[in-house]
Amino acid sequence: MESCPSVKNILLLDSEGNRVAVKYYSDDWPTNSSKEAFEKSVFTKTQKTNARTEAEIAMFENNIVIYKFAQDLHFFVTGGDDENELIISTVLQGFFDAVGLLLRGNVDKKEALENLDLILLCLDEIVDGGIILETDANVIAGKVASHSVDSGAPLSEQTISQALATAREHLTRSLLNV
Amino acid sequence: MAQFVKKDDDRDEEEYSPFLGIEKGSVLQEARVFNDPQLDSRRCSQVITKLLYLLNQGETFTKVEATEVFFAVTKLFQSKDIGLRRMVYLIIKELSPSSDEVIIVTSSLMKDMNSKTDVYRANAIRVLCRITDGTLLTQIERYLKQAIVDKNPVVASAALVSGIHLLQTNPEIVKRWSNEVQEAVQSRAALVQFHALALLHQIRQNDRLAVSKLVTSLTRGTVRSPLAQCLLIRYTSQVIRESSMNNQSGDRPFYDYLEGCLRHKAEMVIFEAARAITELNGVTSRELTPAITVLQLFLSSSKPVLRFAAVRTLNKVAMTHPMAVTNCNIDMESLISDQNRSIATLAITTLLKTGNESGVDRLMKQITNFMSDIADEFKIVVVDAIRSLCLKFPLKYRSLMNFLSNILREEGGFEYKKAIVDSIVILIRDIPDAKESGLLHLCEFIEDCEFTYLSTQILHFLGVEGPKTSDPSKYIRYIYNRVILENATVRASAVSTLAKFGAMVDSLKPRIFILLRRCLYDNDDEVRDRATLYLNTLGGDGSVVETDKDVKDFLFGSLDIPLVNLETSLKNYEPTEEQFDISSVPKEVKSQPLAEKKSAGKKPTALGAPPAAPTSTVDAYEKLLSSIPEFSTFGQLFKSSAPVELTEAETEYAVNVVKHIFDKHVVFQYNCTNTIPEQLLENVIVVVDASEAEEFAEVATKPLKALPYDTPGQTFVAFEKQEGVLAVGRFSNELKFIVKEVDPSTGEAEEDGVEDEYQLEDSEIVAADYMLKVGVSNFRNAWESLGPDFERIDEYGLGPRESLSEAVNAVINLLGMQPCEGTEVVAANSRSHSCLLSGVYIGNVKVLVRLSFGVDSSKEVAMKLAVRSEDESVSDAIHEIVAN
Repeated sequence: MESCPSVKNILLLDSEGNRVAVKYYSDDWPTNSSKEAFEKSVFTKTQKTNARTEAEIAMFENNIVIYKFAQDLHFFVTGGDDENELIISTVLQGFFDAVGLLLRGNVDKKEALENLDLILLCLDEIVDGGIILETDANVIAGKVASHSVDSGAPLSEQTISQALATAREHLTRSLLNV
Repeated sequence: MAQFVKKDDDRDEEEYSPFLGIEKGSVLQEARVFNDPQLDSRRCSQVITKLLYLLNQGETFTKVEATEVFFAVTKLFQSKDIGLRRMVYLIIKELSPSSDEVIIVTSSLMKDMNSKTDVYRANAIRVLCRITDGTLLTQIERYLKQAIVDKNPVVASAALVSGIHLLQTNPEIVKRWSNEVQEAVQSRAALVQFHALALLHQIRQNDRLAVSKLVTSLTRGTVRSPLAQCLLIRYTSQVIRESSMNNQSGDRPFYDYLEGCLRHKAEMVIFEAARAITELNGVTSRELTPAITVLQLFLSSSKPVLRFAAVRTLNKVAMTHPMAVTNCNIDMESLISDQNRSIATLAITTLLKTGNESGVDRLMKQITNFMSDIADEFKIVVVDAIRSLCLKFPLKYRSLMNFLSNILREEGGFEYKKAIVDSIVILIRDIPDAKESGLLHLCEFIEDCEFTYLSTQILHFLGVEGPKTSDPSKYIRYIYNRVILENATVRASAVSTLAKFGAMVDSLKPRIFILLRRCLYDNDDEVRDRATLYLNTLGGDGSVVETDKDVKDFLFGSLDIPLVNLETSLKNYEPTEEQFDISSVPKEVKSQPLAEKKSAGKKPTALGAPPAAPTSTVDAYEKLLSSIPEFSTFGQLFKSSAPVELTEAETEYAVNVVKHIFDKHVVFQYNCTNTIPEQLLENVIVVVDASEAEEFAEVATKPLKALPYDTPGQTFVAFEKQEGVLAVGRFSNELKFIVKEVDPSTGEAEEDGVEDEYQLEDSEIVAADYMLKVGVSNFRNAWESLGPDFERIDEYGLGPRESLSEAVNAVINLLGMQPCEGTEVVAANSRSHSCLLSGVYIGNVKVLVRLSFGVDSSKEVAMKLAVRSEDESVSDAIHEIVAN
């Protein structure tokens, strides 16, 4: 265990186990069908648990999977079986909360699909090739939402309220366009 | 977004998705907007999102499609829209363009890398490093070095993380950045420090001194992010592991740092430190205590993840330091009812490991409540734990056996039921007292068993064990019920079992005959055939006769011919020729018995086909040896050792040796495997030099005719020794053979071979080879019943030892006896220990040993050895083993 903590995948599935957005960082699942099989088994085995208030944990095929549900969305983060569970859990919490911020509290499948670009950017900002980039939900959401801000202002100076404002702006704009 | 959402009012309610009815072809069409002279950046973003959605759903683009999309996307660098640019970065990473395509975007990305906008810089670095190859890397190296020390933390992190990835492919370039990385380690931004530390360590991981220096300076300095702290803890344990090898005495370096981390405010750091402490080599209980304390606190956390992490770590600790975990037992017990079943199962198995004999009953009661609502896979884990508990505390077999039989009656899948049945069979075998009740439980189980496989296995087992019990007749009813109620497969095996009872128990014979005759009218031919066969062999037609030995051999013996060989011989047999002669079937086993043994060793499958019946390996060896005429006069096989490897792993020829001990002989069985496809070995023998084993004289050698590639074979060498003498010695071995080249395409060997030899490692006969590990269920009773007639007591000084448990294990291994009642486990930090051993010495003499150990402050270990046996000379022999 001298290696850097690493994440094997992050999954966002709906209440039937279908993909909303997934990202794999490890070669453990080389083909799309092996990925789908993994998602299916993780989904079916965790489906009945109550992971709405606190994140839950389970083991699958020598991996630890930490998960949390909100409405019809199921969030999963997978790590190797000798990984520090709390690190993986922090990644999940970061992802979960960042999505909450970006969707302005309306965390459900419909909203997530309508803002899929935000979700994908969010995944991109949390983990890069298995290495944890950021776990603070506010910072993650800030980075994702900042893309509509035209200024060259350094991100670090941007507060969370600004980030939220941008997120809101993004949402209103998409609503107007429908 | 109008065109983005194909709104359909009818379906709005049930399944609404902006991607409803999306098709790859049409999205690829839409991607043409990327080429518009007037870019609509919002529209372009939407199309990219759709493309990403398709990829995410598992859709694949053909090479042509991907290239087209890629080229179209590169046009979007004209746009100044930040949002669109972010999406462009994402899709380029997803498309992972080939190196000749990369050139198209290189200049755009390099421009972004030097942009004033931080978001551009950070993302352009990540994209470029992801898609680049070595040649391009040298061009951008300068910018990357700058980026590592960029004052914007996002940019610095992007460069550092990219560095970690690039180190795998271009280590020589990344290693040149270590000055910048070192500077970044001092960064005030938490995550930059984390990423820099990870990269710096990877750059220097082969330089032990540098890692040690890094750890020394950082453990004194400030580490800002919890993640970086976790990394530092990992590196620190690595340094501890490596330094403890040359620094035996004194306090462990850096232990104070790890302990300090237990008081960190972030849970992830506390846990990482606690885990690191529990995994230290040879951790003492004083070192362990603070870590156990924090883990214990986690056990009652409201967060499942914390509880899981803690109980999983404690479970591991319980394997090596059961005493250290007992403090947590109360918290563990409350976890048995945890909502999260993984946590509950881990808690149960930990408790089973740490529990003492008195707590077993209470624990079993709790487990009973818990079993009904967990999944089968967890139940199997619990059953395995119960089995080992029962072997540890044989006196508790009654409640444990009851538990097993209760869960056997409940609902469950095949694997689960098999695990239970296997456990019961193992308990019956190892705890003689448990035999009768265990057999009855199995009988009741087959009354209502839906698994044909398990029914037949149990029936076979009943046939072997049932007749030896005090009242065999009570099993007949259960067995005959099978003939009435079950399918043909089970009926047939029930018939065989009945016949076995008939053969072994003369008083039951008349009744068995009546039952067998009824089976003659069965509607399945196999059942009828078996019944007829058994009636004839047992002499059911006429008077009741004493069953002779041949019949018993026929019923209980196993076919000593590999079925595969028999099958091929039968296929080759033509009816026109003379009668089929079963003795013409080759007996040489093609597949290595070792392979079977390994799998059997992992999970003792006590039930099985006849050859793999309870004492499978010994049976198999005995069969094998008695089939070789040279060895058939040696008498009863006393013991066969586990295979000892005589070659390193992955050499040309793999050889291991099994030592078979007879009263007056020792046979070395060399299992050889040829791992070179281009070679065929012939006339393989092992030349043994016994000059260092004077008491042995070589009497016979059985060469192996041919050893083709990857098909294991055996050659044997036998030695004579004096009966009753504890002869030990060292043997040097050399493999001799004729090598023939094999044409790999045709598989044919050349005519001429070359003689060659191959040096093997030495083998040894030691005192423990003359001892069989046989446990007793109640040591005190056994000890009393042997009586003090041949008791020999003496004291020995064992000199300075690493630890008490090391000394105890050394003596156990020396004697090769079975530790009883879990006394082989030494409580951590105890100054004295008693250990009970039992075994059977060559000549079938039962031996019991009581060992009392004491250790003083200078680690000098003293031992009192008390031996009781059925033979005076054997008691003396045990003392001789220890004295030498």
